[in-house]
Amino acid sequence: MSVSPSTMAAVRASGAVPQAEYLLNAENVRKEFPGVLALDNVQFRLKRGTVHALMGENGAGKSTLMKILAGIYIPDQGEVYLKGLPIRLKSPLDALENGIAMIHQELNLMPFMTVAENIWIRREPKNSFGFVDHGKMYEMTAELFKRLNISLDPESQVRDLSVANRQMVEIAKAVSYESDVLIMDEPTSALTEREVEHLFQIIRDLRAQGIGIVYITHKMNELFEIADEFSVFRDGRFIGTHASTDVTRDDIIKMMVGREITQMFPKEIVPIGDVVLSVKDLSLKRVFRDVSFDVRAGEILGIAGLVGSGRSNVAETIFGVTPATTGTISINGTPVKINTPTQAIAHGMAFLTEDRKDTGCLLILDVLENMQIAVLQDRFVKYGFVAEKQIAKACKTMSDTLRIKTPNLQETVENLSGGNQQKVLIGRWLLTNPKILILDEPTRGIDVGAKAEIHRLISQLAKTGVAVIMISSEMPEVLGMSDRIMVMHEGRVTGFLDREEATQVKVMELASK
Amino acid sequence: MTSEPVTAKTTTPTLTPKSRRRLPPEVNILLVLVGIALIFEILGWIFAGQSFLMNFQRLRIIILQVSVIGIIAVGVTQVIITGGVDLSSGSVVGMTAMIAASFAQSSTWARPVYPALTDLPFFIPIGVGLGIGLLAGIVNGWLIAYTKIPPFIATLGMMVSARGVAKWYTKGQPVSGLTDQFNFIGTGIWPVVVFLLVALIFHVALRYTRYGKFTYAIGANAQAARVSGIDIEKHLIKVYAIAGLLAGLAGIVTAARAQTAQAGMGVTYELDAIAAAVIGGTSLTGGVGRITGTVIGAIILGVMISGFTFLRVDAYYQEIIKGVIIVAAVIVDVYRQKKRKV
Repeated sequence: MSVSPSTMAAVRASGAVPQAEYLLNAENVRKEFPGVLALDNVQFRLKRGTVHALMGENGAGKSTLMKILAGIYIPDQGEVYLKGLPIRLKSPLDALENGIAMIHQELNLMPFMTVAENIWIRREPKNSFGFVDHGKMYEMTAELFKRLNISLDPESQVRDLSVANRQMVEIAKAVSYESDVLIMDEPTSALTEREVEHLFQIIRDLRAQGIGIVYITHKMNELFEIADEFSVFRDGRFIGTHASTDVTRDDIIKMMVGREITQMFPKEIVPIGDVVLSVKDLSLKRVFRDVSFDVRAGEILGIAGLVGSGRSNVAETIFGVTPATTGTISINGTPVKINTPTQAIAHGMAFLTEDRKDTGCLLILDVLENMQIAVLQDRFVKYGFVAEKQIAKACKTMSDTLRIKTPNLQETVENLSGGNQQKVLIGRWLLTNPKILILDEPTRGIDVGAKAEIHRLISQLAKTGVAVIMISSEMPEVLGMSDRIMVMHEGRVTGFLDREEATQVKVMELASK
Repeated sequence: MTSEPVTAKTTTPTLTPKSRRRLPPEVNILLVLVGIALIFEILGWIFAGQSFLMNFQRLRIIILQVSVIGIIAVGVTQVIITGGVDLSSGSVVGMTAMIAASFAQSSTWARPVYPALTDLPFFIPIGVGLGIGLLAGIVNGWLIAYTKIPPFIATLGMMVSARGVAKWYTKGQPVSGLTDQFNFIGTGIWPVVVFLLVALIFHVALRYTRYGKFTYAIGANAQAARVSGIDIEKHLIKVYAIAGLLAGLAGIVTAARAQTAQAGMGVTYELDAIAAAVIGGTSLTGGVGRITGTVIGAIILGVMISGFTFLRVDAYYQEIIKGVIIVAAVIVDVYRQKKRKV
């Protein structure tokens, strides 16, 4: 039925393979996990020398399909064809040796080794004594970088590189395997505008060399900018493949959610009250300087700026994660000292962090345990004992209000989709009845439907008089949700824009000045 | 050849939440315990011509031997749930046994450590012992929480130093001639009562109190716990202090049982305690573990040692087998983690 990878390699080497229509295609693929049908008879067809985007909400099956193509999962049914020949991949290494390379969202590099060592690991050039020939290795790396137009020192350690540069190393590594297929999972999620431009240039070069690129993204603009074709998935089913020139943004959203989203940013205009949080000349050594702003009850203050502008650091400092070097924070007009998150919470603050996995979820614990953890600081506890029934009831109500999709509160959070994990974390903070809510990238990596729900929720909270600070890299989100926008650049506030005057161009000007 | 099995497979309905309800993880461990006991029972009839289980004296010894390790393991379990480890408990047992015993000597004894402090009421040596254990635990916790050194290193240091204190305290001489009042806690079924009481208290603490919820949260994701307002440093000190306190209690029980204290008491107890926790399902990566599991884990260890002795297995082999079992328990844990992830 299917050909083993070694046979495949032999057949390829013999040159007996006719030019297939597709570089890589999957037909009638089905994959089931306990309790979930992740892929239901889907197809995927990648043409040579094209960028093919995979679109769909979280849980639509993109990741599962991608992992099947990269040899991480083995499909229950269906066939994968590489250049027209059926192939059954047993492991990621197997895939790599057959010319399919995957660049993960979490980059898989060894931080304490050099760039060159990372690229040629397992295939190091050896000298006549059988030792690694570092000189040759650096040469090979330099050559590779030249071909890809990457300017990086092959001898630098990976831990000293920025996320963008690490990604370049990963891409170079994939190319060094003479890969025909490159799978990229949301490669731009942590890159600045300029870095994205560079990445796209490299992708275009690779495409011109005949490499097929599978590109997973949540960002619609990228689709139009870089992709030739795209396939949409929904609830584990294949919806369709189209050329990206044939459709509009709305068409794609319709395909992804199966319904029309009329209003993406249901911002309600609500009366704005007194100043709740006032930050004056806040500085954190070598990170940001002289940040001053006020947030009023009912107001949504958006903070925009490029990655690395210090936006998240300001939030962390206000919340006591990294206490300020100088400056004052006042709540309701009274200066307060906030050196730990515990103190911040006691002052009615809540902080939804940027990184769900690292600083948000207790992944191995269940929904209830995740939701209750912050509120237990001062409520639902008597003589040290937790009022189990009351807290379970409160969490259930919260879970229903937020429409968290989970079989029950005893489900491990790890098994929830990104959007639902985010809702659990929002629930964790709402249980504390915050007066000041700081949201750092509240909808990152979340599907369109859940995004709209979270936006609606933020609006509702503002309506009840909560002062909201929302940091976001997504321009439409910042413009659509904020009453006022504070823009940062390289650790300084470069300006404020009112809702009426704010445009994408004005924000970008301030963010890069 | 036919397509029947395939279609049968594809029509498997998606599981409903109800059918996914899991049995408590202790059930598996309990089954392992029963299995091991039955194996010894059968081997007993084959090789020794007598019953392994139907021997009250043997069961009593098993449970008594388990008690001291069990008391320590209850503390160690909590440490491991936070993602740490405590290597110092065995040495703390030795140290507290020596110091507590020195305050429990009878005036009839010829050479007491403190000739002026003999025939003290039982609560003084016990209080001193608990205090010493608590102090050792606080030092461990403080080092880990504030200097950020790995728990392995901090408690390794305490392991070496506490053993040093135990030896230095009387220049290696045993402390004997303890009062009957003090020895009472080591007689009869009392060590078992202490063990079960400790287990019950901390079972409740872990499951139903804020202390417990925070302990699991720190083990699951310390950074997230911190952002959620948990004072991680303070909490870690609490957990290590409790582990130290329980090691101190184990030291008192050990001295009282032996009616004497020696500097070498408690050697490798920390490893047995960690083994009991791990066999009982506590995950070394943190966030997972229960006291009930640890209690069963400790009993499994006790049954095996007793069983091997009963079958006249050479003591050297016993140690080799014990090592294999501990590693096997961790392999099972790693396997469980992996299965959960996919």
